[in-house]
Amino acid sequence: MSEAPVASPALFNQISDWFMALPHCQVLGFKFGEAHYGSMTVCLPFKDELIGNPATRVIHGGVVTSLVDSTSAGAIYTMLTELEAIATLDLRLDYLRPAKPDFPIYCTAECYKLTKQIAFTRATAYQEDINDPIAYSVGTFMRNSAREVAA
Amino acid sequence: MSPPITSFDSLSTAIDAVPYAKLLGIQSREENGQPLFFLPFQTHNIGNTILPALHGGVIGGFLETAAILHVMWASEICSVPKIVDFSIDYLRTGRPVELYAQCEIIRQGKRVANVLMTAWQEDRSKPVAVARAHFLLA
Repeated sequence: MSEAPVASPALFNQISDWFMALPHCQVLGFKFGEAHYGSMTVCLPFKDELIGNPATRVIHGGVVTSLVDSTSAGAIYTMLTELEAIATLDLRLDYLRPAKPDFPIYCTAECYKLTKQIAFTRATAYQEDINDPIAYSVGTFMRNSAREVAA
Repeated sequence: MSPPITSFDSLSTAIDAVPYAKLLGIQSREENGQPLFFLPFQTHNIGNTILPALHGGVIGGFLETAAILHVMWASEICSVPKIVDFSIDYLRTGRPVELYAQCEIIRQGKRVANVLMTAWQEDRSKPVAVARAHFLLA
């Protein structure tokens, strides 16, 4: 992954601040991590309200879906220089292992191909080690969507 | 282990036991002998304040929960099925109104179930999202 700066820091910061302040991102507790050209990392601290299985205290997969969706969308904005609306077309998540309770989850997403109309993303959700992921995801997003209007 | 889901009432009890399902506000009732899941609108499920629209992850999490509960209801198993993979197609904006979901078990073997999920709002013929998932049953 590139360590180059995002294409437009002003635009990206505006979008990133808006993302983190969205009601559902707030209720889950997303925290901005870092961003480079083509990639973004978001952190989600553990909390009991996010548990999906009370017996094991493992976080619900839906929480991971939200985290992956937002972080993947954010990764696209690291490459844009002008404001545009994007909409998720599809996401696929493979759940590789259950998340350990009481530890934060990180998501690092990459936009690995940006075409005129479509953005292709991949994302890894992990705890201590990105090489021992809890979930792996690929997604596609529509650019300049009339459906979603951001900021 | 959780108690088996043997009735539509125990479906509601099962939802209440899952903190994330309560956070989203998922509810269920019977429709034509099948569980119907619904998600009354709540401001904290918003993922786009301009439109406004439900967060894509809320729609995904709602469908995943619906599928888990549907499998538990259909098979009366005591353990929570483990999700293996989940794939969702977003077809329309999830507007700030009630969201509905119904599931269909496409194939259930001894170890794995394949489940199809559909989410809609006012009009069932205009789905907001469709998803499919595999679950490990034991």
